[in-house]
Amino acid sequence: MTAQQIPAATFDPKAEAAVQMIGVHKWYGEFHVLRDINLNVRRGERIVICGPSGSGKSTMIRCINRLEEHQKGRIIVDGTELTNDLKRIDEVRRDVGMVFQHFNLFPHLTILENCTLAPIWVKKMAKKDAEEVAMKYLTRVKIPEQANKYPGQLSGGQQQRVAIARSLCMNPKIMLFDEPTSALDPEMVKEVLDTMVGLAEEGMTMLCVTHEMGFARQVADRVIFMDYGQIVEMNTPNEFFKNPQHERTKLFLSQILH
Amino acid sequence: MNTAVDMSRFVRSEKIEALPPPSLTRGPLAWMRENLFSSPLNTLLTLVVAYLLYVIIPPLVEFLVINAVWTGTDRSACRAETAGHPVGACWAFVIDKINFFTYGSYPATERWRVNIFFVLLAIGVGWLLWLRAPRRDLGAIYFFWLFPVISYILLTGGNVSLGIGFWSTFAVSGALLVVALAAAAYALKTSIRSAMLIGLGIVAVIGITLGLVSINWGLEPVPTSRWGGILVTLLVATVGIVFSLPFGILLALGRRSKLPILRMASVIFIEFVRGVPLITVLIMANTMLPLFLPGDVTVDRLARPLIGVALFASAYMAEVVRGGLQAMPKGQYEGAMSLGLNYPQMMAFIILPQALRIVIPGIVNTFIGLFKDTSLVSIVGIFDLVKAIESSRIDPNWAAPTIGITGYAFAALFYFIFCFGMSRYSLGVERRLAAGQKR
Repeated sequence: MTAQQIPAATFDPKAEAAVQMIGVHKWYGEFHVLRDINLNVRRGERIVICGPSGSGKSTMIRCINRLEEHQKGRIIVDGTELTNDLKRIDEVRRDVGMVFQHFNLFPHLTILENCTLAPIWVKKMAKKDAEEVAMKYLTRVKIPEQANKYPGQLSGGQQQRVAIARSLCMNPKIMLFDEPTSALDPEMVKEVLDTMVGLAEEGMTMLCVTHEMGFARQVADRVIFMDYGQIVEMNTPNEFFKNPQHERTKLFLSQILH
Repeated sequence: MNTAVDMSRFVRSEKIEALPPPSLTRGPLAWMRENLFSSPLNTLLTLVVAYLLYVIIPPLVEFLVINAVWTGTDRSACRAETAGHPVGACWAFVIDKINFFTYGSYPATERWRVNIFFVLLAIGVGWLLWLRAPRRDLGAIYFFWLFPVISYILLTGGNVSLGIGFWSTFAVSGALLVVALAAAAYALKTSIRSAMLIGLGIVAVIGITLGLVSINWGLEPVPTSRWGGILVTLLVATVGIVFSLPFGILLALGRRSKLPILRMASVIFIEFVRGVPLITVLIMANTMLPLFLPGDVTVDRLARPLIGVALFASAYMAEVVRGGLQAMPKGQYEGAMSLGLNYPQMMAFIILPQALRIVIPGIVNTFIGLFKDTSLVSIVGIFDLVKAIESSRIDPNWAAPTIGITGYAFAALFYFIFCFGMSRYSLGVERRLAAGQKR
């Protein structure tokens, strides 16, 4: 894949922060998983996070929609600070879409029902409107004809595209991707990445945990490398890949780029 | 045609079309060889089972059908010396007593009310169990509200005198409930208006129910001490089944709750109830419940074991449901949460439908156990089917050697039909649900 950078037309550096993480720490029992994470994501920015397994990259983005609770520091999402206030958490989750490694579609609901459930019950949309929106996004991810099937009848790539459409139906301001292509057969990776590139081109604020370096080169504004629960290095993709500074980053890149 | 054997290089040039599988040997002999005599052990088992069937089946058929007595009005028909032939099951006794077995001592002129109850029950069960029935939401309202109210009025006669004092207490506590809900909504920062509407709805439903029950419908009152037989068995089983599932779900959710008080309360209830025999629960409900309640409150003699059975079954149900909840992958919770669904929505739309489906066999198992356990209410003097048979078989008018066995055979048949029906229904539901969503 040639590294063809998307022009940063939609990316305005002066735009206000979509996500702010200030001095965030997290522990699992005694284990210190996140150590002093400081990250400012501007609106429209595309960020790719990579690192070895167990480095805390998934945990970090899962803190942004409070699937994981942080114990120290502040996380402010779209102007709302995440605290124990359930109402604020719901507010943030409404605005933040998430795509998982294992899709997490609801197997007992059809594709269309998967997509309309949250708009109907969380956003209180009329069923007909919700279905219209769902069909719009299913068409966008190129599987409108599967609307009445169940997730189990679809291929992995199709399921992941449904998961993306399901998130988009909530009209999120920020999208989180947690290794969206890691569980897919090689032939299906591209169809999912293409959908994500399309989203990036439209100016969606995105945080992606992925090892697809071609994708990082093509769409990312910044690449973050994490290890041992810390941000080790952060740079534009060009600099990050051509001229990594930290020894750990160099080692990591030498392992995955051949 | 080229094959890949013995070649170091191979490129497929033609596609192999799908072929039907090779036809296996068919016919009854082949089937028997494969299924009954495939190995020495299998052959041995087949022969043993065949011998057991030979020993058991013919005498059973002889007793239940061939030598059975179908007509007669008293014991003379069922005694070998008066009938003049060997006597098996005395079905004439069951036929003669069938009204007593069905209604107990319910007054004969009022038994049409029980018949209507049976019909209404059948309609409700059919409406809810038939998965493609129209308007199952209305069916649920019918089954869980209209049917119990109508049944109560029909069976007891209604006309409960509640008095002005009760209604004023009701009005005050209703108002208090609405205020409490509004306060809770304020504290949780959710919509106060919808909380008050929910409160008013609850009060209105209870009020209408009580109003209907207190109207004089002109039906002769029948005290529960006169109810009996199949009526009581079905009543106890229905109430137990209907209450145990929602209670069990609540207890299971409580046991998995993050709130320590809720969790402790659920655990204590479940473990306590599961730790004592049903008979103990029934005797406690019968004799101790009145002691706990204020002096002027009396709980009906039939209602006490009803409560006991429902509580007992819900503790078991809770553990079955918890098994289903634990089988749910974490990703389902996360998927639901990431979409912004709140806890009740997540549970109602995502987790419970899948978790309950996993444990359908366990739920039905509990239902079947409960249905049969209802026969234990006879211990505390409730006149269910078994007790009705017990008291009929010592009727001197029907004193004959096979009367007792016949009565119990009838009870066995009755319980078997219902339990087997439940079992088959659940299998059907499982198959249907599985067909809808192949994984």
